[in-house]
Parts: sequence; C-alpha cells; structure tokens
Amino acid sequence: MSLALDLFSIAAISAGVFFFLAGTVGLLRFPDALSRLHALTKADNLGLGLIVLGLLPRAESLLAALMLVAIWALVQLAGATAAQLIGRAVRRKGPAI
Amino acid sequence: MSVLQALDVGLAFLVFAVAAWTVFAPGPFAATVGYVVYGLLLSLVWIRLFAVDVALTEAAIGSGVTGVLLIGAAARLRGAETTPAEEALTGLTRLFAAGLCLLVAAALAAVVLLLSDQGPTLAPQSMERLPETGLGNPVTAVLIAFRSFDTMLEKVVLVLGVVGVWSLAADRYWGGAPGEARAERPEPTLAFFAQVLAPIGILVGVHVFWVGADEPGGAFQGGAILAAMWMIVMMARLTEAPQASAFWLRLALIAGPAVFLAAGVAGAVVAGGFFAYPPGLAKPLILFIETFMTFTIAVTLPMLVAGPPRREPRR
Repeated sequence: MSLALDLFSIAAISAGVFFFLAGTVGLLRFPDALSRLHALTKADNLGLGLIVLGLLPRAESLLAALMLVAIWALVQLAGATAAQLIGRAVRRKGPAI
Repeated sequence: MSVLQALDVGLAFLVFAVAAWTVFAPGPFAATVGYVVYGLLLSLVWIRLFAVDVALTEAAIGSGVTGVLLIGAAARLRGAETTPAEEALTGLTRLFAAGLCLLVAAALAAVVLLLSDQGPTLAPQSMERLPETGLGNPVTAVLIAFRSFDTMLEKVVLVLGVVGVWSLAADRYWGGAPGEARAERPEPTLAFFAQVLAPIGILVGVHVFWVGADEPGGAFQGGAILAAMWMIVMMARLTEAPQASAFWLRLALIAGPAVFLAAGVAGAVVAGGFFAYPPGLAKPLILFIETFMTFTIAVTLPMLVAGPPRREPRR
C-alpha cells in the first residue's frame, strides 16, 4: 500500500514538474505577451495542482492536506487575476516592453 | 553530497544570480520584480536554515510590502528615468563608488570569515527562561519579553515613517486622504479578487498572529497579512484611504507602541523593572500587547503604501 502511494506521489510530482518546465519554456519562447501568459497560467495551475496531488498522501493530517489544497486554490485565484489584469493592460496599451 | 545539499547549493547560486540581475536590470520596474523574486528566494533560504519566523517576515515585509512600495516608486519615476544628475556622473565618481562598494563587501566577507566557529550566543539562556513567559515560540519570547524595548522602538520607527510620508504632502492637501478615491464602478477583475481574498486573508492574518505564541508567526507577520488585505481592497478601489487627519486613524497608528510603553512603565511599578512582566501574568500581558501591535502594523503599512495625502481634506 505504501509502495503504491509512493509511486503515485512520484508520478504526480514528476508530471507537475513537467508542466512547470513546459510553462517556463513557453514563457521564454512564445512570441507575444498574451501567448506567454497563456503558457504560464495554464501550466502553473496544472503543475502546482499535480504537485499538491502528489503531496496529499504524504500530509501529516487531514488539516495539513486541506491546507495544501487551499494553497493551490489561492494560487489559482491569484494567478488567474494577475493574468487577466496583465492581459487587459496589454490589450489597452499594446505590448509595452 | 546528498540531494538536499545539492538543492541548497543550487538555491544559493540562484540567490546570487537574481541579486546580480536585480543590480544590472534595465530599469526600475524590472529591478523591482527582480527584488521581489530575490526576497522570495531568501525566505526559502531562511526555511532551509529552520528560521520559519524570519522566512515569514521576509516574504511578507521584505518581499511583499517593500515590493509594493518600490513598484509605486518605479511607476512615479517612469518618464524620468535618465536624470541629468545620472548622466553627469564622471568616471572618477563611478570609480569612487565602486571602490566603496568593494570595501564594504570585503569588510563583510572578512567579518564572516573571521567569526569564531562557536559564536557568542544567548540562545541557551533564552530557552532556559522560556517557560517563565508561558510562551512556546522562543522567537516571540525574545521579541516581546526578553528584548521588548527594541521591539517597541521598531514600531515607533514605523509610525515615524508614516509621519515622514505624510510630510511630503502639498500644503493644501495637508490632512486630506492619500491615494485614489473610491470608484463608482471598480475594475471588475480586481474587485472580484479583493472580495474573494480579503475574508480569507483576514482569517489567515488573525490565525498567524494568534498561533505566534507557540508556533512560527506573530504580530508582525499577522499584521503584515492584514495590512495586505486592506491594501488590496484599496487598490481595487472598493474603499478609499481614510483622511490623514482622522482621529481614529491617528489613534490606531500609536495604539501599539503606546500600549507597549504603558505596559513597560506599569512593569516598573508592579514587577520591579522597566518592561518587566509580573510572574504568572506574562503570557496574557504579552498577548494583550501583541493584539494592539498587530492592529497598528495592519494600519501603518497600508498608510505607507498609500503615500502622502493627495486630495483636499473634507470638512
């Protein structure tokens, strides 16, 4: 049972790291601000979600597990808001930098 | 080298790299972003050094609040980025500045290298006397009991900072409200974010303050989180900053240091020493002081970020 849980953790966290990597590559390689934002937010939300999923079986208590999920939800909220604001600024003023 | 050690070395290199990038960044805004990342990396370093209290403070104050202040400064400097004074710097001045920086860095490096392996420490004594305070977190005990005078003066410095910021106001705005007025129709994304986040953030801030007695956390970290919530609601323009002349605001700004000082003076009368707590009553007293400190921090930091008054006072 614990071996299966460990394997699950390793698989989920590896997949999460892969999405972070993909998001970073997108941030560095995509041509304009909007597509860079797209790469970053999608990949980060999914990447962090998978890492949290992988850490859940290793949480010390139910409360700790709930905290991990809450952190993921808050990061999603902040990430989505920041992406909206940056996207809106880009549309209004054109790519500044 | 174990995996964890390799990660530590990587973290150290990353801190160096981001620090260098911050110094050589192409403009104030980019440098500020670099600085915020640098602060977040530093808080990871503090966690690796098992100093969770310091990590929380670094993330909240060093990276968060200072980052917001610097972004505000960068926005004001936009358009004035190459000042004549900067261009007029001669080679000799630059050489002199570089030499001074090198000297400071060399002196710091020498001090670190010359430190004895077993540095002087008061940690054993602090841990020994910890039960007398009734607290479980030695950092809080040091801040509010063993070195309470320092902590009280730190809060006075914060209030002086607000006085300094307010002093920058033009005469006709003196006593008026800083920042922008409440918007009729706030920007919807930011307003939604502020409305969802603020209740959660207030809960987390109060929690961090409350557990500070026994676990990492405390007045400064909790107060900074509460302050951030007020800042977000003001930035979303759901509410506006109070007038600098408001009586309740001025009372809130001095409440923390005033209660702290009153407790210290009371200690001189009751417990036989300036800032001494009567035995048995230490923990409730410390929590009482911390409550007002948290409140003052939560009011002071947003006022620093809101800046000098920019609107005429209402009568």
